[in-house]
Amino acid sequence: MKDKYYLGVDIGSISTKGVIIDEEDNIIASDYLWTEGNPIGAVQKLINSLYEQVKDKDINVVCVGTTGSARYLIGKILDAGVVKNEITAHAIGTMNKVPDVRTIIEIGGQDSKIILIDKNVVVDYNMNTICAAGTGAFLSSQAKRLGVNIEDFGSIALTSKNSPKLSARCSVFAESDLVHKLQMGYKKEDVIRGLCDAIVSNYLNNVAKGKKLYSPIVFQGGVSKNIGVKKAFEEQLETEVTVINDGHLMGALGIAILAKKSKIEKPFSFQIKDIKFKTIGSECNGCSNNCEIVNVYREDKIIDRYGNKCDNGLKV
Amino acid sequence: MKKVISFPNLGDYYVPIKNFLIKTSKCEVMVPLKSTKHTLELGNKYSPDFVCLPFKYTLGNFIESLDNGANVLVQAGGGCRYGYYAEVQEKILRDLGYKFDYINLTNKGGFSLFKFYKGIKKLNPKLNIFKFSYWLLVAVVNIIYMDKLDKYIRKNISYEKSKGIFMKIKEKFLKNVDNNYSIFKLRKLYKQSITEIKNNLKNSKDETLKIGIVGELFSLMEHSSSYNIEEFLLSKNIEVRRYTDLTCLLITKRFQMKKFHKKSRKFAKYLQGADATPNISHSIDMANEHFDGIIHMKPMSCSPEINAVPILQKVSEEYDIPILFLTFDSQYAKGAIDTRIEAFIDMLQMRKENLINEG
Repeated sequence: MKDKYYLGVDIGSISTKGVIIDEEDNIIASDYLWTEGNPIGAVQKLINSLYEQVKDKDINVVCVGTTGSARYLIGKILDAGVVKNEITAHAIGTMNKVPDVRTIIEIGGQDSKIILIDKNVVVDYNMNTICAAGTGAFLSSQAKRLGVNIEDFGSIALTSKNSPKLSARCSVFAESDLVHKLQMGYKKEDVIRGLCDAIVSNYLNNVAKGKKLYSPIVFQGGVSKNIGVKKAFEEQLETEVTVINDGHLMGALGIAILAKKSKIEKPFSFQIKDIKFKTIGSECNGCSNNCEIVNVYREDKIIDRYGNKCDNGLKV
Repeated sequence: MKKVISFPNLGDYYVPIKNFLIKTSKCEVMVPLKSTKHTLELGNKYSPDFVCLPFKYTLGNFIESLDNGANVLVQAGGGCRYGYYAEVQEKILRDLGYKFDYINLTNKGGFSLFKFYKGIKKLNPKLNIFKFSYWLLVAVVNIIYMDKLDKYIRKNISYEKSKGIFMKIKEKFLKNVDNNYSIFKLRKLYKQSITEIKNNLKNSKDETLKIGIVGELFSLMEHSSSYNIEEFLLSKNIEVRRYTDLTCLLITKRFQMKKFHKKSRKFAKYLQGADATPNISHSIDMANEHFDGIIHMKPMSCSPEINAVPILQKVSEEYDIPILFLTFDSQYAKGAIDTRIEAFIDMLQMRKENLINEG
């Protein structure tokens, strides 16, 4: 019998991540690409690229797990055995890499969260509420305004010696503050560093509010690639913050491990590149709830619909 | 012109309210449409942006009812900003050009039964204070039995024999209230429903979580405004405890306020508005009873509950009980709420398993 392998896919608002693990939780293939507002297309690309990495080995994926904000949709498309929220997935994945982790700081494209772990159990978590201030989306839009590549953002911030204080309460205020500082004549790198500081104080005030952050602290999510933000965290927390190499893959790894633990087995094929998937959102008028229903089609054949609160919505 | 009375939605309480209005006013009563996205859109369009969410929902209810032919509206009021709802909504609706009579039950920030009586007497001149009091009593009895039944269901959900049967029994109860509208018949109906539930209990309970729900009253009682979180938890067979219901708000709360204050004194010296003090005290109770977690819900800009949040964080720390804070606004992204609830349940499950393993 062939060895069993597990696929974990994490579809975030900005990036799509995927890993294939074996039964010892070793990552044997992984990829990371932009979602670009098209989760289905991104996943098709992702699966194809994973396939390219492992096609000589002839492996047998027995279960797929999906997480991230598009987990339901992609779960339907890949016929996933496990569909779980990203908080649990990130915790499981990180604990696998850093077994003694106590605090996970995660700043992603559209949300930021904190996960507190004690004796290998998630004991508390928090996510940012309605506002998107202090997330990757905010940083990248500001990078564009400043004409800087988001990848260089961190290293530019490190060159600054004196940073202005920017308001971190709200992205709108932060933005007008930033414009004001620029027009006053602050140097670009100083303002960039100020932004990194603002993201961190926003995070500590809103997301980590009232919680004790124990070391070791792991920082992950897309923003963790930004060394400026990492440095700001270390300065404000006065302790070391670890960024692990595969930090961006932790959600995908976690969900793959959960898929393994679930013992569910479903057939899976890598050949989905050329299949046409289509989704149509519609409003169900079956009752006064007016649920938003999403219909998922595979080659013009409906494979699933969800979003309904009652059975009326299931009628085709 | 024929008078048609309507009122805002508050969960299942449309049943006693409707019956009370029918019996006292002898007019036609229009039950508001269930609050939906459309209701909220309407309310949102004509409300000040920073007003709390219940205002938007209830204004939406009024507009829907007026469009469907209602011409008398009833709105109550309470301790917080709720005390201003009636006046502001009336003004907004009149500015929109609607013609209607308005029964405003608010009196100096409180709730006035006498104003209610006077308002209805205008519609039905034959009404006298005795009849009014009698039907009020029946309505209160109805509310008490409804709440008792609800509480029983929430407490025993993990014993449910087949999925969804409790909800069906409850719906049947609500449907039969109309034909059994007297104190004794209601009592009988309630007893019937309870026996029916007891017949559908399993002998052994599923190993499930126990979660308490505290927070702002509208979010707790009008489930459509809080993304049906309570139903979701119940459908997962999670035992839910919620103290806030109409029985508590109308009757028992006023006698227990001293007790609540005493209990929460360690964290909050002074009384806070609306339900903040009771919520703190209830959270402490549930922590002492070893609940697995607490969910705190509030609409955006609900000031009493905003005051309660930092205190509850302290409670959470001191009693080592996780509390999930949720804030609702007129956003439609259900996904964000689902993620948080799911993760919360996962976390509680992991915590619980860990506790069992440690012995």
